[in-house]
Amino acid sequence: MFYLILESTRSALTSIFAHGLRSFLTTLGIVIGVASVIAVVSLTQGMSAFIDESFSSLGSNSLTIESYTPFSEAIRGARARLTPDDLELIERRGEGIASITPILPASRMTQIRYGAQSTFSQIMGTTYAYRDVAQAYVQSGRFIATSDNQTRRRVAVIGETIRDDLGLPSNPVNEYFEISGEWFKVIGLLETKGDFVGFDQDDIALIPYATMRSLIGNRYQPDIQIQLSLSDEANVEDVKRQLTALLRNAHDLGPGDGNDFTIRTPEQLLDTFDTIIGTVTLVVGGIVSISLLVGGIGIMNIMLVSVTERTREIGICKAIGAKRHHILAQFLIEAVLLSLLGGLIGLALGFGLGAAISSAIESFPPASIPFWAITLALGFSGFVGILFGILPAAKAANLDPIDALRYE
Amino acid sequence: MALIRLTGINRHYQMGSQLVRALDGIDVEIERNEYVAFVGSSGSGKSTFLNILGCLDRPTSGQYFLNGSHVEAMDHNELAEIRNREIGFIFQSFNLLPRANALGNVMQPLVYRRTGYRQRREMATEALRRVGLGDRMGHLPNELSGGQRQRVAIARALVTRPSIVLADEPTGNLDSHTSTEIMQLFDELHGEGQTLILVTHERDIARHCQRVIELQDGRIFRDRSMNAAEMH
Ligand SMILES: Nc1ncnc2c1ncn2[C@@H]1O[C@H](COP(=O)(O)OP(=O)(O)O)[C@@H](O)[C@H]1O
Ligand SMILES: [Mg+2]
Repeated sequence: MFYLILESTRSALTSIFAHGLRSFLTTLGIVIGVASVIAVVSLTQGMSAFIDESFSSLGSNSLTIESYTPFSEAIRGARARLTPDDLELIERRGEGIASITPILPASRMTQIRYGAQSTFSQIMGTTYAYRDVAQAYVQSGRFIATSDNQTRRRVAVIGETIRDDLGLPSNPVNEYFEISGEWFKVIGLLETKGDFVGFDQDDIALIPYATMRSLIGNRYQPDIQIQLSLSDEANVEDVKRQLTALLRNAHDLGPGDGNDFTIRTPEQLLDTFDTIIGTVTLVVGGIVSISLLVGGIGIMNIMLVSVTERTREIGICKAIGAKRHHILAQFLIEAVLLSLLGGLIGLALGFGLGAAISSAIESFPPASIPFWAITLALGFSGFVGILFGILPAAKAANLDPIDALRYE
Repeated sequence: MALIRLTGINRHYQMGSQLVRALDGIDVEIERNEYVAFVGSSGSGKSTFLNILGCLDRPTSGQYFLNGSHVEAMDHNELAEIRNREIGFIFQSFNLLPRANALGNVMQPLVYRRTGYRQRREMATEALRRVGLGDRMGHLPNELSGGQRQRVAIARALVTRPSIVLADEPTGNLDSHTSTEIMQLFDELHGEGQTLILVTHERDIARHCQRVIELQDGRIFRDRSMNAAEMH
């Protein structure tokens, strides 16, 4: 068996390189197919490694609850709301919760002024618990404290982007700035988190939740977000189920009604990205399968031509003692080698392409090919070689020696 | 027991409504180390007969014993094995592998019997020396003259040490001088004990052989041994 493969490989290589250009053109379909697969895989792999990394900065093991108004309700003017009562309910009855905090975002981007500088930013009212839930730690100064909320202090913790935009000193603690006409004292500067898929996580200002409520006019029940982190032993799904039941009951929802709130986990967002990347990979995979199919047919076509061209040679080999399996192996191995060679060229080309694209587009993560993609690409091109080589090889092997020798 | 024994060999071709009897009841025995020529006019069935002897073709009916085994009952693979071990075939048009050099061509039959590269090379070199081409081993067929190509083909036939060497019009594509050289080589091989069977339509060539069998319309018309005076 080994002897057969060795000898067949020897003669297959001779014949592949005897028709160098033709061999290359024959395998071009495979080259293009594998190159595009590898280019896309190397880009998406780099991308998802990057996204995974970004997610760990988002605070794992946390849940966000938000009001949710279905579109059909919204056009009738109804608005679902999540209220401080809900927060209180969850604080009292929720299970598996380590810390919990309300978040009251300003309804629109708000102007912040410091001296002559001003910027628009997202301002959120929250409590000391936000620090643990969202893993938002200060690099200087302090975070919002319980007393800040009790006395509705006008203090703010800001992100690096705001500090920079306003031209605040590198330690902005104890500086004062203006938020929609009210003076606030900066008490802390957050650690930088960087971009997350296009969103600047450092463009943020946090003020006490109670202060925010009084700022927006102290409506009795504002629509808030609730963010909570789970205790170590808690199971995300269990907590979600229990909170859902709790809130549905509090909101008087009947069995047929949909939820008027959503509970999100960072994993969900991650799943969404993974799904998008998976879909892209799948679509490209589909296109590539077609191109490999076409490549395979190209190989089959040329192999059939080659069998016809070499009919007399096959006759000679049979006359001097070649058995069917000798001829079969020779042509099959030639097809597989041709295809594998295409796969290898495609691999190099695809990786080059991926690397070129990722370095050409700024902020794009570096390309990386996982080992499985290499194995898959080569395995698949080998498989294409076998699949489309078998017919020509069988045709060659089944030639009658005397007919083959007589062939002109 | 004879090396080759054929009884009642027929080879018929159905051409439309017409039945062509290329061979029509051939009975013949050939002993070890015989030097036999089959002669006859074109279309008399010489090539058809030699192809059956060489196990390239099968008779429509009849029996063929080679070295004691029943050839007509064998399957494809067994026939390939016989062609490889027992038979060395030489063609009018040389039939060398065009992309292999002289050495590669002569080594090729040994590939099918799993001989290692080193030994293959040794045996092929020896065979090429035997036919006087020790200095042309790296040449491709199209870099060799007709006579040299036929010598490569002879070396390829000999390298497996076959029981019989078959040659179909081996000098048909060669000039008379080269033909004589090739025939001298055959004479020498016969002298060394090789069994040789060749097909020719030239009297001069047949004269080298000890026994001349004449075919006519697929039948044996005459089978006679030459005495020393008739030879050469
Ligand atoms: N494959 C074939 N199909 C039909 N007829 C054939 C075939 N091969 C040979 N013949 C016929 O058999 C007869 C003998 O042919 P052949 O053995 O080639 O003659 P020779 O070699 O003596 O010139 C011829 O009449 C030829 O036409
Ligand atoms: Mg003939």
